Amino acid sequence: MIRYIRRAAALCLLLLVALLVNAARIQVFEADELDGNPANRRNTIARYDQPRGNILVGDRPVTGSKETGEQLSFERTYLHGPLYAPVTGYASQTYGTTLIENAEDAVLSGTASVLAPLPFWNEFTRGRQPGGDVVTTIRASMQQAAYDGLSGRRGAVAALDPSTGAILALVSTPSYDPERLSGTGSAVTDAWARLNAAESLPMLNRAIRQTYPPGSTFKIVTAAAALDARAVTDADAPTDTPSPYVLPGTSTTLPNEARGCEQASLADAIRVSCNTVMAHLGVEVGLEGMAETAEGFGFNDTGLRIPSGVARSNFDTDMSDDQLALSSIGQFNTTATPLQMAMVASAVANGGDLRRPHLVDRVTTNDGDTVRQQGSGPSQRPMSPSTAVQLQRMMVDVVENGTGANAAIDGVRVGGKTGTAQHGVDNSGLPYAWFISWAQAPDSGRPAVAVAVVVEDAAADRDDISGGGSAAPIARAVMEAALEE
Amino acid sequence: MTATTADAPPPELRLPKRRGVELALLVGGVLISVLGYAAVGLAHDGVVPPDVAGYGAGLGTLALLAHVAVRFRAPYADPLLLPIAVLLNGLGLVLIYRLDLETPRDQAAPTQLVWSTLGVALFAAVVVLLRDHRVLQRYAYLSVASALALLIVPIFFPAVNGAKIWIRIGGLSFQPGEFAKILLAVFFAAYLAANRNALAYTGRTFWKLQLPSGRVLGPIVAIWLLSVGVLVLERDLGTSLLFFGLFVIMLYVATGRTGWIAVGLLLAGVGAFVVGSFEPHVHSRVQDWLDPFASIDAGQGPGQLAQSLFAFAAGGMLGTGLGAGHSILIGFAAKSDFILATAGEELGLSGLTAVFLLYALLVARGYRAGLALRDPFGRLLAIGLASILALQVFVIAGGVMGLIPLTGMAMPFLAQGGSSVVTNWIIVALLIRLSDVARRPHPEQVETGVIAAAVEEDR
Repeated sequence: MIRYIRRAAALCLLLLVALLVNAARIQVFEADELDGNPANRRNTIARYDQPRGNILVGDRPVTGSKETGEQLSFERTYLHGPLYAPVTGYASQTYGTTLIENAEDAVLSGTASVLAPLPFWNEFTRGRQPGGDVVTTIRASMQQAAYDGLSGRRGAVAALDPSTGAILALVSTPSYDPERLSGTGSAVTDAWARLNAAESLPMLNRAIRQTYPPGSTFKIVTAAAALDARAVTDADAPTDTPSPYVLPGTSTTLPNEARGCEQASLADAIRVSCNTVMAHLGVEVGLEGMAETAEGFGFNDTGLRIPSGVARSNFDTDMSDDQLALSSIGQFNTTATPLQMAMVASAVANGGDLRRPHLVDRVTTNDGDTVRQQGSGPSQRPMSPSTAVQLQRMMVDVVENGTGANAAIDGVRVGGKTGTAQHGVDNSGLPYAWFISWAQAPDSGRPAVAVAVVVEDAAADRDDISGGGSAAPIARAVMEAALEE
Repeated sequence: MTATTADAPPPELRLPKRRGVELALLVGGVLISVLGYAAVGLAHDGVVPPDVAGYGAGLGTLALLAHVAVRFRAPYADPLLLPIAVLLNGLGLVLIYRLDLETPRDQAAPTQLVWSTLGVALFAAVVVLLRDHRVLQRYAYLSVASALALLIVPIFFPAVNGAKIWIRIGGLSFQPGEFAKILLAVFFAAYLAANRNALAYTGRTFWKLQLPSGRVLGPIVAIWLLSVGVLVLERDLGTSLLFFGLFVIMLYVATGRTGWIAVGLLLAGVGAFVVGSFEPHVHSRVQDWLDPFASIDAGQGPGQLAQSLFAFAAGGMLGTGLGAGHSILIGFAAKSDFILATAGEELGLSGLTAVFLLYALLVARGYRAGLALRDPFGRLLAIGLASILALQVFVIAGGVMGLIPLTGMAMPFLAQGGSSVVTNWIIVALLIRLSDVARRPHPEQVETGVIAAAVEEDR
């Protein structure tokens, strides 16, 4: 009997070994795969079991966290949600994150290795630090001025510090309150469905994710190309341009809205916005030169991140001359984001030196220690400094004596360019009103701000829509706010 | 060994009783449980639970009570059995208390403490009242009659979660199958002890297999088939598997016929396949076992088994710490069938291994008592009771870890469940009694001064 008892005991031992081997299989060898299974809620729970770090404008947070007492403990809250939604994006337990909430998620949720006291600390402990803070480059007064200026009309504003590339204002209207998407449950899904179904597209970030035909504001790019390519050597000398102008290789004539464009000089063409002169100059520069300058300003760049991705602004690189002529006045296939056009104004204001835009100034730990600082963005040079100086003079002329009078600020050097872009089949859509500008305080050696404004006001009377009428006052308000600081 | 004199007994004759060791281990077991209880509170609320002293005192009193019963009535008993049972029960209370924190409306720990108290009381009662285990042999047929009655009664009660294994009276519910397994083990041991020679040496030879005569084998096979049949009817696959394994092991130990193991495995295989294929409740569990993540792929979210595997994986080597896991995600059976997943998540592979080793020690000590005993009934009973524990741990642990299809069973001492805790305390009481007899010196050995190992009687 002893022998059989021993054998039965061996069977029990075998069962124990099977259990231990199986436990090791699950807990050691398959653990990572099981942890990473999307249906495993543990990662999500861990993610929301501490307050998320904040996004700051100036010294003040525009976000917060509240404890819900639910399984996912902490929910995002927003101060002035609609005002800053194009900057912060949303952080939703149901729909994920966008914009800064997305781009800096590792910092905000506390998993970023820069927050850890030692390298690989988070990886080793499988834990996370308290959420870090993200300080933006946005200035509250400018953001508010831009938001108030648009006053709910569809449109966008982008403002840059020309010397650093810091984004000072980024507004898109109509906006939405990201807090309504924070949690879980039917209130959130309903809000999501309503926002997505809304005809006014409130969740579209028009400042960086929507492109518009830039219209006449693009003439600054064409002028830069013409001066750099020496197609124009004296900005005040008459050009050899008839009015109306027949598009090369076609019998289509291009008219002017303005008067006095026949044989007008480049400076006059910018001041009163002559289509004919600029179209002609674009063709003289040629496709290659035009494309090179446009790309120097940032067109056709799919890799621009601020740190969220910015939609690509387009300038075709394969066109016939008549198409090139239209493209040179910001029509045909030429499209730009408001941020892109702010970059154009910024490069002119900064003496031909374009600083890459950025939205995050620095990242700090929960205790306020800076762990990452963003300096001036890397620069590129879309035009020569002398060209930039000439363009500055021409843009100032636009505000002082031309179409941009609405942007003038007493005692301040302001340069601008209006644009009224037609779009739609046979130009049936309501045109977009554009204004790009920059301002330099009298006692300052460098420009304070560059602004681009676009207003796509579907409700307005068509005749009222013009860059000078609708968009320039908004730009002025933003510049005034910038100069007050 | 040593010369004996009437007035000065040599020290060798004072056989070690090891009651001091037992007491020290009990203190350790209670301390570990109290520390675990405090750790849960610290992890969950940042403070030690206010009733930690009460919990410690309660568990300590129970342990002391059991110890006193053993010290006076079974002084030679194995000193490991009681501390392991106290530690497992204490750990189970900690885990249930920990899971209670997640479900404020369903507090199971206080009830479990009441049942544990009852279990310890019955433990003491068995140790005190049952002076000699051989008494049980006389009640073999009463045992089997009660076992069958207990198994059949739940048929007349409504099913709970797909299995008709509960009796509900008032607010109380218990599983008669739990008690039935002790009674059945007693009957198997008694019957096999009485008839094992007939089983082993009579009957016809069929091919290479020597079949016992139907007259001897018939009654026990009938009883066994009846109990398994009833359980299948009640859809209690775990317990039927347990009875099956218990029967095969005891038959093998009693007769030494390897052929029975082969026949048993073959029958088990065929039975499992048939039931697994055609019984919908079981079939779904087999499907779950084959692909625990099917419901995720189907977009219905993870099932219980998948959640259990997630919990084990989250534990890793060292675990998340008591109170710091998320095993509540497993759902309604977290405190009963799936409590091992919480142990796996919060104590990790290291803690889980420790828990398995505790069970292994308990089983090994049972087997050791079986080896040391001289009477075949005692031997078979010890082996049977130890095997019940071993099989039960394997079936439930293998189930929640995806090693074998899941069968609803309770992890001995750990899981929430009154009848289970009480039954396991009785099993330990019987093992205490058996080990006491096994280790107690025989009068003639004391007389001659020979401490002999258990002499093998038959071979």
